Amino acid sequence: MSPVIELDARRLLCPMPVIRLQDCVEKQDKGVKVRITCTDPGTMSDIPAWCRINGHRVLATEQLEHEYIFLVQKDPDGN
Amino acid sequence: MTRKAVALISGGLDSLLAAKLIQQQGIEVEGINFFTGFCVEGHTHAIRKHERNRVKRNNALWVAEQLGIKLHIIDIVDEYKDVVINPKHGYGANLNPCLDCKIFMVHKAQEWLKQHDFDFIITGEVIGQRPKSQRKKLMPVVAEKSGADDLLLRPLCARSLPETLPEKEGWVDREKLKDFSGRSRKPQMALAAEFGFEDYAQPAGGCCFLTDQSYSVKLQDLWDNRGERDYELDDIMLLKVGRHIRPSKAFKLIIAREEGENHFLSGYKRQFQTISTVSHAGPLALIEGESLDPQQLELACAIIARYSKGRNADSVELRFSDREQGSRSIHVKPLPATQINPDWVLV
Ligand code: SF4
Repeated sequence: MSPVIELDARRLLCPMPVIRLQDCVEKQDKGVKVRITCTDPGTMSDIPAWCRINGHRVLATEQLEHEYIFLVQKDPDGN
Repeated sequence: MTRKAVALISGGLDSLLAAKLIQQQGIEVEGINFFTGFCVEGHTHAIRKHERNRVKRNNALWVAEQLGIKLHIIDIVDEYKDVVINPKHGYGANLNPCLDCKIFMVHKAQEWLKQHDFDFIITGEVIGQRPKSQRKKLMPVVAEKSGADDLLLRPLCARSLPETLPEKEGWVDREKLKDFSGRSRKPQMALAAEFGFEDYAQPAGGCCFLTDQSYSVKLQDLWDNRGERDYELDDIMLLKVGRHIRPSKAFKLIIAREEGENHFLSGYKRQFQTISTVSHAGPLALIEGESLDPQQLELACAIIARYSKGRNADSVELRFSDREQGSRSIHVKPLPATQINPDWVLV
């Protein structure tokens, strides 16, 4: 099992968390998983939207008091 | 061979329609969206608690999803500084360097096009839509100075402009493009209805905070008091938040207006000296400027106390914290509203 890449996007306002995720995912092999932790509630809509557009999967979403955590998998069939 | 176009997607209706018109002609479209740091993108909604219930979405992502295209969001914060600080063609009504901004963005799109082997660029510009940067005679300026030349196609007004390469080569049919001009939004709304688009964003001013007068006043103040026209991303983010009060050249206070802003500003406690109220519910404030003398510190506290629930009390206790250096308590009488010089308040 490949390890999950951790990204800390706390305190960043949208669209910076999406840019962080995009720039990280771009460098990975397909199927790689990235967990991103955010504090901007806008990520609740932006990160799933970005994943849908680009064919990546949101495997899990967790909402703590001030944090929003997403486990994303790079499109396993993409390139 | 399928031709490929890169569309500048701002998130507004015009870029959505422009991309759709081109997609309809069998062209493969991908979007790019530039993050300058000044984008309106709902930051204040994210920060201010009472605005959190509003629908909050990134309009550029929403547009891309409507079109079913990929969207590349590009961080241009550092490079964009030069556009804001030294615009060759000057500013609009506020600190918005719209013409230079357009030239810069089309130029970046042109670089992207070369790297990714795309054929042409599209934007949602409409002749005469905005007072300065979208005048007809400036359209060729953007094309020329950006280096995009005849690779820049504006589908919403192309029929009123000289033919571009995609039209000359027959990649797109010029007859199916539009000749919109002027400030009326009716043609765009009719076209949106034709395509079945609803719930699109209609930005009132421009696409960024630089068109906002109050924001520009704060940015100008920042430059004047730093003695240089420069900024970091945190600076321009903080200009979007709180009440900004500058009682003297030596310091400025950024005072939270509600709980969401309190929470956001508390994230800056390691970078700034802060003052918060102790005896009464009240705001957190950041102090921009170093080494306040005792009178200045007392004035700062009295101003902040004025915005707390203790504004009518004889004495309010506040806590001054100096990053990792510890904190101390200060008691002051809140400053009466009449003693807050209107010139201090940056709006
Ligand atoms: S409003 Fe802002 S983003 Fe839009 S063209 Fe003007 S400077 Fe650029």
